[in-house]
Amino acid sequence: MPVTVHIPTPLRPFAGKQDQVSVEGASVGEVLARLTAGHPALRPHLYTPEGRLRSFVNIYLNDEDIRYIGREAAPVKPGDTLSIVPAVAGGR
Amino acid sequence: MATLTTPPVMENLAERAKAATLSHDEIQRYSRHLIIPEVGIEGQRKLKAARVLCIGAGGLGSPVALYLAAAGVGTLGIVEFDQVDFSNLQRQVIHGTGDVGKSKLQSAAETIHSINPNVRVEGHPVHLSSENALEIFRGYDVVVDGTDNFPTRYLVNDACVLTGIPNVYASIFRFEGQASVLALPDGPCYRCWYPEPPPPGLVPSCAEGGVLGVLPGIMGLVQSLEAVKLILGIGEPLKNRVLLFDALGMRFRELKLRKNPECPVCGDHPSIRQLIDYQEFCGMRGVEAPAEPEPAGEEITPAELKQWRDRGRDVFVLDVREPHEYQICALPDAKLIPLGELPQRWQELDPHRPTVVHCRSGARSAKAVRFLRQQGFDKVWNLRGGILAWADDVDPNVPKY
Repeated sequence: MPVTVHIPTPLRPFAGKQDQVSVEGASVGEVLARLTAGHPALRPHLYTPEGRLRSFVNIYLNDEDIRYIGREAAPVKPGDTLSIVPAVAGGR
Repeated sequence: MATLTTPPVMENLAERAKAATLSHDEIQRYSRHLIIPEVGIEGQRKLKAARVLCIGAGGLGSPVALYLAAAGVGTLGIVEFDQVDFSNLQRQVIHGTGDVGKSKLQSAAETIHSINPNVRVEGHPVHLSSENALEIFRGYDVVVDGTDNFPTRYLVNDACVLTGIPNVYASIFRFEGQASVLALPDGPCYRCWYPEPPPPGLVPSCAEGGVLGVLPGIMGLVQSLEAVKLILGIGEPLKNRVLLFDALGMRFRELKLRKNPECPVCGDHPSIRQLIDYQEFCGMRGVEAPAEPEPAGEEITPAELKQWRDRGRDVFVLDVREPHEYQICALPDAKLIPLGELPQRWQELDPHRPTVVHCRSGARSAKAVRFLRQQGFDKVWNLRGGILAWADDVDPNVPKY
């Protein structure tokens, strides 16, 4: 059973307009690599040209920020949920 | 139920509440509060004594101010410099059609007083800035952030941390919202969550990206509720977590938010002890008033490109011709990706770097520009007339073919 990745509204145009995508993988890094291989248009929004995750896009494994559980090396289990949560400023 | 650590700025609220007596009219008005044991006369007096500062009277600020006024918050400060526009009315429900053209402060104050004449409105008709924020914030118990841009979001956060005032935060985009209560004692701040802002232009504002009018109502009322809970000292505040709302799926989700010990403003060894230049921090210097405005359409002329390069402005040149054409002539430092290969190779390019695309005469590169813009490239232009026009207008040494 794969991992479900939640795609936020601003990034849906780059993921075939889907709000969630099912991806196989054993770690957060693997899931994101397969996600961006399947949807190359997402890649520059998540990674810098040097291949680092962008600092204004937070990735959550279930309800936990991956920065506190080993970042991209954090292991994932089938049925887990990965959420991409970009900074949003709108309010007026 | 977790107990709330009262922020130091709110410690004297109970004292002030004792002096806030309720008239017979007020007792009647707030009767549905007074019969809730968790609120009661004591809680209603706290609400009356409370001073809440709303940053903005827009999409989020409208429902916040309306409901806090109705609930009996005694003093509502509002920071707002804008006028009411027709395009605001779809969501900024504190303003009506007859208010178009008025200052939002005046319009908001009138609506608040028609709902509850007991509320004192303190208007701050200014752009919130590093120069005025601390002075405006001091004396308030709670700040409710309803702004719409990253520099002000970071400014409000830092000012709340420095003054010790809790920041009831929400933001919205199209169908989604985020909310949290930040800068509580021992709780995280916005910088713990997002240490750095996105580059300017990457994340669209509501003005650019649109917002479903009902959404700020929901998120603004989450903020109102959290503000009321803080004032009453009841319940479990939205601390150490973020509430995400997906309107289309009609789902609320909760994520953990941790205080970062390395946070530059609220961490163990803060490096930011006063307000900074938030336009600069967010990379906005020069964006507000660019020395050379960027072309509004999809084209740039050879003369403009030459001028950009001569002035050292960062611009990446993409050539979408075929390799055999590239061998005939090419622009300096141009990267070659033939148009046919672009759908497979465009991710080699940086979507945020200003990019000029050219071909021989401008037709293929126009297609490439349209394609790249569909992929989210926001700073990409077609060189009008292609390399042939460059040869004519800029560099006669480039052979024409």
